[in-house]
Amino acid sequence: MSSVQLWTLVFVVLSFGLYIYIAYASRVNTTAGFYVAGGGIPAPANGAAIAADWMSAASFISMAGIIALSGNGYGASVYLMGWTGGYVLLAMLLAPYLRKFGKYTVPDFVGDRYSESARLIAVVCAIVVSFVYVAGQMSGVGVVFQRFLGVDTTVGVIIGMVIVFLYAVLGGMKGITWTQVAQYSVLIVAYLIPAVAISQKLTGIPVPQIGFGQIMDELNGLQADLGFAEYTAAFTSTNMLNMLLITAALMFGTAGLPHVIVRFYTAKSVRAARFSALWALFFISLLYLTAPAIGAFSKLNILRQLPGTEEASAPAWYQSWKEVGLIEFTDKNGDGLINFTAATDAANELLINNDIVVLATPEIAGLPAPIVGLVAAGGLAAALSTASGLLLVISSSVANDVYYKRINPQATEARQLLVGRIAMGGAIVVAGYLGINPPGFVAQVVALAFGLGAASFFPILVLGIFWKKCTAAGATAGMIAGLGTTLAYQLWTIDIYGGSDGLFGINETAFGTIGMLINFAVTITVSQFTTKPTEAMQQLVEDIRYPGRSELVAAHAAGELDDDLLHGEHRDGEHS
Amino acid sequence: MDTAQRDKYWKRNLRLMAILLTIWALVSYGAGIIFVEQLNKIQIMEIPLGFWFAQQGAIITFLILIAIYVWRMDKLDAEFGITEYEDEVRHS
Repeated sequence: MSSVQLWTLVFVVLSFGLYIYIAYASRVNTTAGFYVAGGGIPAPANGAAIAADWMSAASFISMAGIIALSGNGYGASVYLMGWTGGYVLLAMLLAPYLRKFGKYTVPDFVGDRYSESARLIAVVCAIVVSFVYVAGQMSGVGVVFQRFLGVDTTVGVIIGMVIVFLYAVLGGMKGITWTQVAQYSVLIVAYLIPAVAISQKLTGIPVPQIGFGQIMDELNGLQADLGFAEYTAAFTSTNMLNMLLITAALMFGTAGLPHVIVRFYTAKSVRAARFSALWALFFISLLYLTAPAIGAFSKLNILRQLPGTEEASAPAWYQSWKEVGLIEFTDKNGDGLINFTAATDAANELLINNDIVVLATPEIAGLPAPIVGLVAAGGLAAALSTASGLLLVISSSVANDVYYKRINPQATEARQLLVGRIAMGGAIVVAGYLGINPPGFVAQVVALAFGLGAASFFPILVLGIFWKKCTAAGATAGMIAGLGTTLAYQLWTIDIYGGSDGLFGINETAFGTIGMLINFAVTITVSQFTTKPTEAMQQLVEDIRYPGRSELVAAHAAGELDDDLLHGEHRDGEHS
Repeated sequence: MDTAQRDKYWKRNLRLMAILLTIWALVSYGAGIIFVEQLNKIQIMEIPLGFWFAQQGAIITFLILIAIYVWRMDKLDAEFGITEYEDEVRHS
């Protein structure tokens, strides 16, 4: 066993032990504890949990690599702005009001505010979006185990499943929340330490967010010499229209994703929900402001070390990642030298997978073995924390919104908890299967998930709060229209299905924004012509806008209001 | 709160949001994308400004915007006599 493997094992065992201990210490026996941690999480902890929940294996492992390797540096700004800008929307438009509404899940809000058929559509969206994400997280776990511990991917995924099972099934949302606080700490330390060390080494400035300016000139120069577009140049790989639409889709998608929104139900109060959004973005920005620096540093090191080098004398990190197939080299001109130019250039001989950049950064920069091991533990923390949050969305959608609200409203607390735990167990098995046999198009399906979030949930959540007269029929029609057009466009344009260029060259990742606008238009139009919500519902929506206690909101949250009063006498699908 | 006060509270909340969301859009879609090439002609600490907004400046601005929102809403609540928040709503 190499020293890198030994250190990885040490950090992985220590961090996994910590997660399970925390889950044991915060185990729950109520549905409120299982779904929303009893609603008593203080804002800084909730913010850290949101950050860990939100920053997945994609943020931790892939993002710096996408910035460094996808054409030039500027193009990947859509992820940096898109995935953080959504928090401004969440903090101002959704978080405080949803917290005051006081429910367990996003479908719960939709079902309560609108109708039972809207609830079912929301359940389907939440489950699809969550499974799509979970597949990516689980395969991320597999990659880390395979590369750093030499364990078979399948065994790695199974270890991950067992760990998540232990702490998620035992502790529910409460266990997950406190575990995620620990996971956030592990992942941010693992991300920042190598970044600081590399920045110090390359620029003499130990603050990577500032140091990275020092290397821009050299990086732009090296890129230009090798035939890449300049690192900082705009619109070389993506045009302005797509940059705008993709950024918007990621922002509104973030604000519409069920596993992030559900986090605001766990806050102590409306004020704590607002503060949670602030803390969340603060914790996220520690990583998101560092990622562009890591991307640039790695690109510089790669460009200094590889092009024009003989393959046999390439550095050790090159050899070890090539062994696992994440670096590919084809000596097209047979001169034995690595010829590295833009990927679109026919003479390019080198393909580097985006996912190796963060994991390989410490090795590329020649940092010691313990740091490499720490980064591996950080990658696992990022993947497992997001996976557990998503699995909770799935299990609460099934147990609360389908089983309790639709199938057996008389179920006891203990029975609901049992169903929640069984649903969680089932979801983990499916997630593990998807992780071991990932659908070949994970990257595209993730884009699809954001499109779905933006096009289905965002408009009806915002209108549900800000427009008292938004009707159930309007919201249902809006969700179907937004979701349907987005799904159709994506299937039509994604390479492996339609492969079409689409309309005006709009990218499949970008269409979520259009779908969202369609949803808004349809919801508003249909609402003009359909039965208005009852007086009680309009009063309730108005009440959640103001601070302080309202009898109506409290009675509603406690489930004491008569359904006929809220929804009128002919509510669809009720009492069936 | 009576109806008149509620109206006042909601209007001030909406105005605050409108201002902050305008800045949100100008910095991300404006400085980061639409005007990126013009801003790139200016360099600060050796980084082209438009590129900096797209990669770091926008995120820092978002953080400041939420901080202002949280701070102003606290003040607004206090003005309308709300100081007690805990346990205001139970979960169903």
